[in-house]
Amino acid sequence: MTQTPSAPEALEEAAPDAAADHGDEHEHPSDRQYVKIALILGALTALEVFTYFESVHNLGDAAIYVVLIVLMILKFIYVVAWFMHLKFDSVLFRRVFVAGIVLALGVYLVMLTAFRIWGV
Amino acid sequence: MTDVADPTPAVTTPTDAGHAPPAHPPTTTGLTHNKVAMWLFLGSECLLFGALIAVYMFAKSRLPAGEIGPNDVFDIPFTSVSSFVLLMSSLTMVLALSALNRGEERNFRIWIVATALLGGTFIAGQVYEFTVFVDLGLGYTTNIFGSAFFTLTGFHGAHVTIGIVMLMSALVASLRGRLSPRNAETVELIGLYWHFVDIVWILIFTIIYLFPQ
Repeated sequence: MTQTPSAPEALEEAAPDAAADHGDEHEHPSDRQYVKIALILGALTALEVFTYFESVHNLGDAAIYVVLIVLMILKFIYVVAWFMHLKFDSVLFRRVFVAGIVLALGVYLVMLTAFRIWGV
Repeated sequence: MTDVADPTPAVTTPTDAGHAPPAHPPTTTGLTHNKVAMWLFLGSECLLFGALIAVYMFAKSRLPAGEIGPNDVFDIPFTSVSSFVLLMSSLTMVLALSALNRGEERNFRIWIVATALLGGTFIAGQVYEFTVFVDLGLGYTTNIFGSAFFTLTGFHGAHVTIGIVMLMSALVASLRGRLSPRNAETVELIGLYWHFVDIVWILIFTIIYLFPQ
């Protein structure tokens, strides 16, 4: 029985204790699970591209921004959690990677705010 | 002049000791140094691409009215196909690693070649896109948007190209019989790099191409 790929809480479900106890040895997902994830990623990409079409633009820019950011984050998490095995690997790897993301987000959001690119 | 003793302790290789090297040498963290180093590298790469994306957003916001910009050059359907191709290369990459872990060398080679071909297709698409943009009048020095766009996507393209070279190296190693489930971590590290390049494109595709201009 294959495990059903869960959505964004993928990273929350990781088993760091097991990884810490046994180095970086861990079980890999099955090929079937990888294909399922790829199908989900393809569907999310199709949804993203759908926002490009004129009819969707009636929603307004703000709504489109929100939808695109949510879809982007979902795709990001699926690849990192399943394909990069961060869901199953040592918690140390997750901390290192998340530290880089948080640092980059913090620094560059402050920079862009300082240059007033948000139109406020 | 006195002789200085060599402080380096004599190293006894596992081969000398008469047995094969362990797959994962013991470390204080229980994790292999190569994998920790790769994750540290990828964490630092977040800052590199974060900087390039931030500079692009700044440049686009400062583009003078009337100058050639994103709306004049972007071909979203074409870039969508390229994005899908790169996304699917992540699937073939994990299938390659999975095959190697099971000791299926032939399947490993098929999937690794498929990954490289998909990466090559993405790069070919990017080169085509660049030539179209230049034909439309957007060069590297045309304006601030062009400089930021070509720098960002060019850096990403260079990363994909390096990834393809690594994939080909893994294929050659496999053909020479130097890859097995015991040293599959080498391929896992290449895979981590490849997936990172993929997630960077997930960000670029949304922020640079799909956000309302």
